[in-house]
Amino acid sequence: MVYLTRKAEFSASHFYHNPELSGEENRRIFGKCNNPNGHGHNYTLEVTVKGQVDNRSGFVVDLKQLKEIMLREVIDVLDHRFLNKEIPEFKDLIPTTENLAISIWNRLHSKLNVARLHRVRVYETPDLFVDYYGEA
Amino acid sequence: MKAYLTRRYRFSASHRLHSDAMSADENQAVYGKCNNAHGHGHNYALEVTVAGPVDQKTGMVCNLADLDAFVNDHILDRFDHQNLNTLVEFGETVPTTENLCVALYNLLQKGFRHATIERVRMEETMFNSFEYAGGREIHA
Repeated sequence: MVYLTRKAEFSASHFYHNPELSGEENRRIFGKCNNPNGHGHNYTLEVTVKGQVDNRSGFVVDLKQLKEIMLREVIDVLDHRFLNKEIPEFKDLIPTTENLAISIWNRLHSKLNVARLHRVRVYETPDLFVDYYGEA
Repeated sequence: MKAYLTRRYRFSASHRLHSDAMSADENQAVYGKCNNAHGHGHNYALEVTVAGPVDQKTGMVCNLADLDAFVNDHILDRFDHQNLNTLVEFGETVPTTENLCVALYNLLQKGFRHATIERVRMEETMFNSFEYAGGREIHA
C-alpha cells in the first residue's frame, strides 16, 4: 500500500451564520467570520489516495488524471466563488473548513475510479487545517 | 510510552520514467513529459519517521545523530546528484516516486538498527508526495 498526496490551491469567500441563532449568538460564536459581506481565504487542498503500485507503470495512480479530476470536480467549482451564495450545499450548511472538507470528499469520492480516496485535507490558512477520512 | 520522530532530508536527482515492457507510444501515453529520453530532475524531500519507546535515560526515541549518519551514508551519499535510473534499486523497476519511496523504506528497514522505521514520506514537488509504511495502513 502506497499513499500519494496531490496538492492544489483555490481562493474563495464565505461567512459563518446560523439562521436558527440570534444575531447576538451568531456574533458570539462566529466572531469576525459572521460579517455577512463575507471574507476570503487562499485555501490549500491536499488529496491523498492509496493503492498498490502497478507493476507495469510503477504508479499508484496517474497523477495527470488525479490532477484533472481535482481540477474539474473541486477547483473549477470552488475557485473565486462566494461559497455561501454560489455552491449549492452551502445554501443551508455553514461553509466551515470542516464542512468544506466533507463536501470535497463527497465531490471526489464517486469520481475517483483509479485509486481509493484516503484523506482530504483542507488548509484554510497555513496555520489551520481539517482532515476528513470519510465515514468510518 | 511510544513516540514518533520525523526527520526531513533533501536531495536532488534526475530520472526518466520509461518501461521496457511498453511500446514507445505507450510509454509516451503513460508517462508524458516524464518519458523524455534525456531525463529531468527534482529536488526531493525525504521524511523518515521512526517509532519507539522514549528511552528513560536519554529522553529520546532515537539519537538523531545515528539516524543522520545512516541516512547520509546509505541514502544521501548514494542518491544525491545522481541519475536514479542508473542505481541498482531501479535496474528492474521504473524510478517513479512510489517506487523510490518503497526502495528507501526497504533500505532503512533492513539497515537501520537504532529504532523501528515507521514510515517514509517523499516529496517529489511542492504539489505531490508519497508515503509508504511497509504495506501497513497509515492512520492519521
